[in-house]
Amino acid sequence: MTLDHPVPIKDLKSDVKPIWCPGCGDYGVMHAVLKAISELQLDPAHIVIASGIGCSGRFPAFVKTYGFHGIHGRALPLATGVKIANPNLTVLAVSGDGDGLSIGAGHLPHAARRNVDITYLVLDNAVYGLTKGQPSPTSAWGMKTKASPYGTVEHPLNPVAMMLACGTTFVARGFSARPQELAEIVKQGILHPGFAFIEIISPCVTFLDTYAFYKQRVVSIPENHDRTDRMAALALAFETEKIHLGIFYQDPDSHPHHTTLSEMRQKISGSYSLQALLERFRR
Amino acid sequence: MPINDIVIRVAGESGEGIVTIGEVFVRIAAFSGLEVYTFRTFPAEILGGHVIFQARIADRPVLSQGDDINVLVSLNQEGYDTHVSELEAGGIVIYDDAVVTPRDSDRHLLYPIPVSQIANSLNFPRGSNLVMVGAMVQLMGLPFERAEQVVRRRLGRYAEMLPKNLEALAAGYRYAQERFPSHPPAYLVPPEQIAEEKLVLTGYQAIALGALAAGCRFFAGYPITPATDLMEFMASELPKAGGTVVQAEDEIAAINMVIGASFAGLPSMTATSGPGLSLMIEAIGLASMAEIPIVVVDVQRAGPATGMPTKTAQGDLYMAFYAGADEAPRFVIAPSSVEDCFYQTINAFNMAELYQMPVIILSDQALAPRVETCTFFNLENIRLWKRQLAELKPGQPFERYKITHSGVSPITIPGTPGGQYVAEGLEHNEQGHPDYSPEMHRLMTKKRWNKVNAARHHVFGLENAVEEWGDQDAAIGILGWGSSLGPVKEAMVRAQAAGYRVAALFPKILFPMPDVRIRRFIRGRRILIIPELNSLGQFARVIEHRYTRQLVQDSISVISLNKYDGLPFRPVEIFEEIKRVSALLTRRTWPR
Repeated sequence: MTLDHPVPIKDLKSDVKPIWCPGCGDYGVMHAVLKAISELQLDPAHIVIASGIGCSGRFPAFVKTYGFHGIHGRALPLATGVKIANPNLTVLAVSGDGDGLSIGAGHLPHAARRNVDITYLVLDNAVYGLTKGQPSPTSAWGMKTKASPYGTVEHPLNPVAMMLACGTTFVARGFSARPQELAEIVKQGILHPGFAFIEIISPCVTFLDTYAFYKQRVVSIPENHDRTDRMAALALAFETEKIHLGIFYQDPDSHPHHTTLSEMRQKISGSYSLQALLERFRR
Repeated sequence: MPINDIVIRVAGESGEGIVTIGEVFVRIAAFSGLEVYTFRTFPAEILGGHVIFQARIADRPVLSQGDDINVLVSLNQEGYDTHVSELEAGGIVIYDDAVVTPRDSDRHLLYPIPVSQIANSLNFPRGSNLVMVGAMVQLMGLPFERAEQVVRRRLGRYAEMLPKNLEALAAGYRYAQERFPSHPPAYLVPPEQIAEEKLVLTGYQAIALGALAAGCRFFAGYPITPATDLMEFMASELPKAGGTVVQAEDEIAAINMVIGASFAGLPSMTATSGPGLSLMIEAIGLASMAEIPIVVVDVQRAGPATGMPTKTAQGDLYMAFYAGADEAPRFVIAPSSVEDCFYQTINAFNMAELYQMPVIILSDQALAPRVETCTFFNLENIRLWKRQLAELKPGQPFERYKITHSGVSPITIPGTPGGQYVAEGLEHNEQGHPDYSPEMHRLMTKKRWNKVNAARHHVFGLENAVEEWGDQDAAIGILGWGSSLGPVKEAMVRAQAAGYRVAALFPKILFPMPDVRIRRFIRGRRILIIPELNSLGQFARVIEHRYTRQLVQDSISVISLNKYDGLPFRPVEIFEEIKRVSALLTRRTWPR
């Protein structure tokens, strides 16, 4: 649902003060998302933002859309239920790397298989912030924390490559310190008719300040990259020297879940009557 | 020899078509105007393992699977060997004499039917099951035309096979007619006219139809025995009504989708069994906290962990009542028959929607798949309760979790301008903003529990919330729940005929507990028998705990009758307990 005018960003913020630490990447993400909503002239009453647990999970409280702050790891199934129930809504889901890639990781391939029309933002800081600094599925190998005093012995996931392999129809990466570029990626994700997975590097200034590390390494995806080429996208995702930002892959023929469902219903439905259904069981 | 109240058991290996024989035969009986009640156990494996299908068929309402077996149908030696001990003396054995050799043959009446040989002679080896059905129809005295109708209706999907199937049916019927010209001593006499309008269906179907009648338009589930049939029926019917069924990646996803869909405005449900319910518990806490209406069906099965997926139990009462972090109010409903499944599912949706609460329906492995004849459902008398929508006032912030007398706060549906709020799993204030202050947690905890109290005063006005019968002044009362109602009813008929005085009460809505009705029921009794298919006596412990003062003051003893072998109660087990307890009462030492 679009309006004939943009809602200004300041009017999209609720009067709840964010709990995020000063300098947290999540502020940049929120600004970019609100900018995308405003520029797309979306009606906040027709937007639902579902989230799980962690610093990212607080996101819905700070914006004036509908929101659902659910339990740990379940933002995607919540959002899936919302989108199926009312496909006219714009549905976003917000997780962190713990919520989305650890406890909730089991939902990722299935959201991709369904191609449910959700924009999924994974705010990746490579650390558990809200529980004060444990290693996450994207933490570098050997990272020392209070929970891994001798260094982690698990290797980090590559979320972009993983979601490309799952057949996701839109895969992108943004960086909270580049809000303009991020807002554009989020806009494209919302406009994409299908499951849009966006990994957003969003550093944690308190437990793992990676701003300097990323600022040295991030580059925009080269303009000549063919974003309809999944294998080329995978090659970019696996590059180790540079960390690419932008849209890795987008399926131009993406057919969203709710459209498939409504086509199926049209094919099977005549006129529905419960009384007629009962007659099938009449003695 | 029983006439018109017969228990038939079909036994054999899984994969031999035992259930097909049983299901087709009971439908022929039902369509001939008789009442039916089925019971089946089967291994979890698709092929191999022992399976039985049992049907009690009578010319009056049937409330349990019965006690003794009158007719044993066996397609292999093991089926015969395992079950012949439960066959009454003088009972009937119908069997394939090519593969079964009856021992003990002088105790029973033997009706050998060479089903595989007959099927082979028709060049249709797979038709041996229908040959058996045909023979059973003849021997049990059912009309062949009805049998033909049922086979047409039920197996008509495989149109190209229909002539062959009908041929097999007729061949079995003819063989039995020629070889055994006179009736066995136990048989059925269908009524001349079928007057009353009846439905023949399973507990699953009744729950699904109740959900459709209540306006359910979203279902998500994950395959689990014995709840999968419910998902499959919904998958076939819900899309026709404009709804959606999702087979989720796991139970956790399923229930979270259900919560999301309900948040977006659709009455929504899921169905599972104990292991799945335990995975859903955290999300049931979320629905309770965020105040989102959902309905969760638990088809209980026996045992913890994987346990015995194809056996029955009533062991999930504690989980349904109490499981989860801290205290999360919810409602719990336990239907007691196939017909009750329909109406209690409507109650479940009504209570979920009106009070914005999770509702758990406790069915079980014996109730859900069984076929019963029941009175035609009346759709016209159904009243639906809807969630109360907020009236938004411009300039005033919407208070999603406004504290009200009943605890129910008007809600908005996403898409409503100005109604934006966050459904919040954290403790929150009236606006829905996170708030951990001691005062707010106290207020909000109270608000959520106030809904349970409001419902307690409200729902027991419903005619079907409680079922009470028997001798009101009896010293012995039976208090029970769920699907043990049928065996209790039959046991009481027997007990009363034998001169015992007993009263019974079955609450269908268990949470909130109908305190007024229970207090009134136990007043003046000396013994309460509480029959349950679990080892701890979960309902008995709830009753003891909740009504301690009255039980102690009035010297009322609670006696748990626990059965935990994976099988439902037989009426005789309840009857024996009534006799035993009555004898206790006559002792002088029993407290007055």
